[in-house]
Amino acid sequence: MKQSWNASVWVGLVVVLAGVASYPLFFIRYPVTRDFPWASLLIMALGLLLLAVGISRAFRRPDAYRGKVFGSILGVLAVGIAAFFCYGVFYATSQLPASHGAPQVGQVAPDFTLPDSTNTPVNLSGLLNSSFAPNGAIGPAISGEKTAAAVLIFYRGYW
Amino acid sequence: MIAISVDTPAESEHLRETQGYTFPILSDAKDDVIRRWDLVHPHGGPDGIDIARPAEFLIDSRGKVVWVNLTEDFRVRARPEQVLRAFDGMNSNAASPR
Repeated sequence: MKQSWNASVWVGLVVVLAGVASYPLFFIRYPVTRDFPWASLLIMALGLLLLAVGISRAFRRPDAYRGKVFGSILGVLAVGIAAFFCYGVFYATSQLPASHGAPQVGQVAPDFTLPDSTNTPVNLSGLLNSSFAPNGAIGPAISGEKTAAAVLIFYRGYW
Repeated sequence: MIAISVDTPAESEHLRETQGYTFPILSDAKDDVIRRWDLVHPHGGPDGIDIARPAEFLIDSRGKVVWVNLTEDFRVRARPEQVLRAFDGMNSNAASPR
């Protein structure tokens, strides 16, 4: 009987890799699949299952299926890749400083002046007394149209 | 709404253009404000540079902090509904936050 090349093993590895790639390439855009990466983990689990089926076939029916060696190697590789993904999303991205000194609710936010993307200086307290035009330009407050509040979003940058 | 990072004004303007953002993005290239607000993430950026850890603040018209979100995981950020809820809780009479 001709030995099969054991597609289950190869497809399994590809599916695990696709599962890992699916996170930064797609699922990261939606909070529902970003905050807890269940969709990517599901795809990876499917891939690992296919690998397990393929490896078990290679060992139980070596006359029909190749892959005791390459199956085992690819299996370990896939588990390693999955573990690396889990390390990234469950540990590495949580390594943030505590920032105990950050302004807290009830405190007055420290004022500052920073350049915007057109190199125009923007002052926080001035901002809170001004109005916003639809195109994002900041101007002096027109009576009756004062800025109600400001949402400040600090982000990592390098996008 | 204002975004702040260590990106240069040119990098921020590029982000605004490619994403179609209309809100201002401020450049804190030397981490001055980031440090003063204790939001620095030492060596958190490429080549080990100091960047900001993700944080969102809702500040009222008198400069007082009304709501803070210091995420414990940089993949998890405040959702718009959370910010709008915090804004509603402010008892303000404006139509929407800027």
